[in-house]
Amino acid sequence: MAAPMIAEWSWFVALAFGVSFIKCLLLNAYHSTDFEVHRNWLAVTHSLPVSQWYYESTSEWTLDYPPFFAWFEYGLSHVAKYFDKEMLVVQNLNYASPATVLFQRLSVIFTDLVFIYAVKECCKCCREDKGKDLLGKSSFILATLLLWNFGLLIVDHIHFQYNGFLFGVLLLSVARHFQKRHLEGALLFAVLLNLKHIYLYVAPAYGIFLLRCFCFTQNNADGSLQWRSFSPLRLVALGLIVLSTFAVSFGPFIVKGQLQQVISRLFPFKRGLCHAYWAPNIWALYNIADKALSILGVKLKLLDMSKFSKASMTGGLVQEFQHSVLPSVSPLITLICTLLSILPAVFSIWRRPNGARGFLRCMVICALGSFLFGWHVHEKAILMAILPLSLLAVESKEDARTFLILSTTGHFSLFPLLFTAQELPIKILLMLLFTIFSFSSLTKLFSKSGPLLNSVEVAYLLGLVPLELICEFVYPLTSWQHTLPFIPLLLTSVYCALGVLYSFIRLYLSVLTAPSTTGKAKSQ
Amino acid sequence: MENWSLVSVCVLLGLTTRWAVSFSSYSGAGKPPMFGDYEAQRHWQEVTYNLPVQEWYFNTTDNDLGYWGLDYPPLTAYHSLLCGHVAKLINPAWVELRTSRGFESAAHKLFMRTTVLFADILIYFPAVILYCIYLSDGSSKRKVATALCILLYPGLILIDYGHFQYNSVSLALTLWGIVGLGLGWNLLGALAFSLALNYKQMELYHSLPFFCFLLGKCIKQGLMGRGLLLLVKISLTVLVTFALCWWPFLSDPQLILQVLHRLFPVDRGLFEDKVANTWCSLNVLIKIKTLLSRDTQLLLSFALTLLSILPSSIKLLTKPTLWQFKLALVNSSLAFFLFSFQVHEKSILLPALPVCLMMNELPLMAVWFLLISTFSMLPLLLKDGLLLPYTVTSLAFLYLGVYLLSALDRSPEEELRLGSCHKRMQNYLSKHNLSLLVKCSFTVSLVAMAGLSFTSVVLEPPARLPDLFPVLVSVFSFLHFLAMLLYFNLVQLTEPSSKKSQKKTN
Repeated sequence: MAAPMIAEWSWFVALAFGVSFIKCLLLNAYHSTDFEVHRNWLAVTHSLPVSQWYYESTSEWTLDYPPFFAWFEYGLSHVAKYFDKEMLVVQNLNYASPATVLFQRLSVIFTDLVFIYAVKECCKCCREDKGKDLLGKSSFILATLLLWNFGLLIVDHIHFQYNGFLFGVLLLSVARHFQKRHLEGALLFAVLLNLKHIYLYVAPAYGIFLLRCFCFTQNNADGSLQWRSFSPLRLVALGLIVLSTFAVSFGPFIVKGQLQQVISRLFPFKRGLCHAYWAPNIWALYNIADKALSILGVKLKLLDMSKFSKASMTGGLVQEFQHSVLPSVSPLITLICTLLSILPAVFSIWRRPNGARGFLRCMVICALGSFLFGWHVHEKAILMAILPLSLLAVESKEDARTFLILSTTGHFSLFPLLFTAQELPIKILLMLLFTIFSFSSLTKLFSKSGPLLNSVEVAYLLGLVPLELICEFVYPLTSWQHTLPFIPLLLTSVYCALGVLYSFIRLYLSVLTAPSTTGKAKSQ
Repeated sequence: MENWSLVSVCVLLGLTTRWAVSFSSYSGAGKPPMFGDYEAQRHWQEVTYNLPVQEWYFNTTDNDLGYWGLDYPPLTAYHSLLCGHVAKLINPAWVELRTSRGFESAAHKLFMRTTVLFADILIYFPAVILYCIYLSDGSSKRKVATALCILLYPGLILIDYGHFQYNSVSLALTLWGIVGLGLGWNLLGALAFSLALNYKQMELYHSLPFFCFLLGKCIKQGLMGRGLLLLVKISLTVLVTFALCWWPFLSDPQLILQVLHRLFPVDRGLFEDKVANTWCSLNVLIKIKTLLSRDTQLLLSFALTLLSILPSSIKLLTKPTLWQFKLALVNSSLAFFLFSFQVHEKSILLPALPVCLMMNELPLMAVWFLLISTFSMLPLLLKDGLLLPYTVTSLAFLYLGVYLLSALDRSPEEELRLGSCHKRMQNYLSKHNLSLLVKCSFTVSLVAMAGLSFTSVVLEPPARLPDLFPVLVSVFSFLHFLAMLLYFNLVQLTEPSSKKSQKKTN
């Protein structure tokens, strides 16, 4: 039995090795300030007692991830000391010796093993026809879409972060739900929340799904809820798992009375509505509409020029920005918008769960809803929608279509993360690699039922090519580069925001118009 | 997936790897006063941009030949001129006469790397893809896999994108020559190879097989009829190409002689640094460099080289098929590398090109050879600070070769293509044992390579023998190359002349 198993998964190992080799070659590439952020956290967790972790502020990059991630850094620091002890000194700001770079880069590559394992578990959940050739197998396509994901590669292995590891935990938890090992899935997600709290974005999907599909054991014949099947035992088990995870994580800080401090570090609401570079979301469109209206107003003499504050919107600083025509947006409004945007989807899985796949779809909507309407969203957060959507993309044609639009625009919107000339070719090459693969493989996979995208969508996506040429090659040669340097960023985020919004609407339609799949719901 | 998308994925992987390797350091970075090959290439841009053609190869007040004087044929000089013009547009300081000496900056490095990438995209990649699609056997997936392996050959990537040179240009031109001849476009082939010769004189290593293959084709068509016409056409193509390349120098015989003198610097000695060839390895035992006079050395190396390439050339002449041609290219260039005069360690890339083309037919041997060839340049790569890309690309290449080309699981007959010789061997060794023997020696050699790489990096050599590791590396590689030369000769000479096998390999 063992030999065929090995042969069957050899392609998976090849994919994993291949991408790891690429990651290793990127060791000497540019890295952002996030590199220093994580080095500082290594130093803080290694050289200070737990009680000071969330108070330490020598570096401006204070610890602002939940406790489990701090423990993760603490664990890494015990390996780091064999590479270079100097990186573990809190006062050594911006320390980046070759050994430090090597260690930090390798730590990302090695912790990605979690991601690789999770992807393998996800591939096992693929429904597929047997006996197809390898390149047309949906598990092969899924593995490539996940392992070779462009966004993860550049955010983790060039820009520098540990998203691969974190998404590994998320995908593993999703896979466990597919495998009906719900308690394990819940535990993994609780751990994930304590590693990085940004995953709160998708928590509503988890909460409702577990309550609905795990705590209630039976459905009516039409797939609706059977109230009598409620199992208190399961609810208690679930609650116990989640609460004890949080207790382990936050307990020590609660005992020391530091909870307030930890929370204030985790949720810094002092930041502005948009990040320095606008993530392609509703607020980017809102800002640009405001700007357009104000210019129009001045032109038509409806508004008084002198009333405006002169602060430019994307001056490159994280700061609050006053809208001039449209009403300003407060954190509370973004929160309400976010909740409103995900409510119908959550409600719909409560009514008709559609199994783990329905849950996954709801999760993608939650991630996208928070991305589109959230406060101070980072462009990197788009990965939270793209990666889980890959799982759906290999199973249905409509999802594949949404995936292609979302992944292409979402990945393109990550381009400004890498602004150095040296990395320009690599980001274009990797993007092309991923895009060509995803288009050709998904088109082939669903080739029986005609083309995937319609002509308008194709035209929109092809529009990214001239956009890139203008932003990175033509614009820097013009004189505007010095007077209006933010125009390329603005164009990119506005253009991509349209695609992201469109994908969001498409996903919503697919949830709301989904046929009542009674038979399927049972079989899942 | 469609074939075009598979091919583009391959090309993109090749380009990504190249660009990622280019992040590393280059030869002579920050090492005045001489710097390294990077500075040599930049200096040539400076010289060709600022001086009239007639002065390029002469020692003048503006052109100090002692400092990286131009010693490649005119086509390289024209390429430098072209790059020089582009450099001037971007930043005149890069090619300013005299003051730009030793110029280094991040932007300049980026520019230089980009010129290499451009050359690769324009001529090397199309040649490899064309070759794999039209001239290699097997399913379309197998062809793409072969293309991927050729594009990811570490030796060439490390030298061009790490160390810094334009080897891919001359190799690509040769490959265009091979593709031309393979597809029956003889004139295009002759043109491309003439250009290759005019880009880098080291391409002479490949010249005899080209000559024999073309002559053999002519003879086959009948030397009194169509064959003669073909021969005349080919000769004319070659002559015209050479004349065009050398045009600015043809006015004065003195000029031609000076250029030739620069191209073949006999006074530089039998070998330089540590090369994995016969002379350097023999030097460990006998100090030939001091024992024999310069002329004797020259004669000896010339005689040995000629002797070792004659059998394969004659065989090719009598049987001009593509398979024979490829084998002859390997045998000739490897013999040149092992026995000829004034060989660089980087010249191993010349035999590596035709070996790359055998990756489909002889996966195990090809992968083995190509790994050893990369390993043989280890001392150079370490000097340039390329340990990381060396390790990663070599491991990736080994893995690709074993996984994609299934180098390890083919039957020994197919694997080794020894033909009749194999049958005779079967008297002593059973099929199974032979295959086992080959695989075991492959593994042992891999382990030894890994061990030697590790020790060269980690251990300090003993004070009495500062060159211990480079010498070990070159002797170890030399033994492999010698064995490979024998093996490839055996394959070529024992190939049966039946029509069936011709069809199979053609």
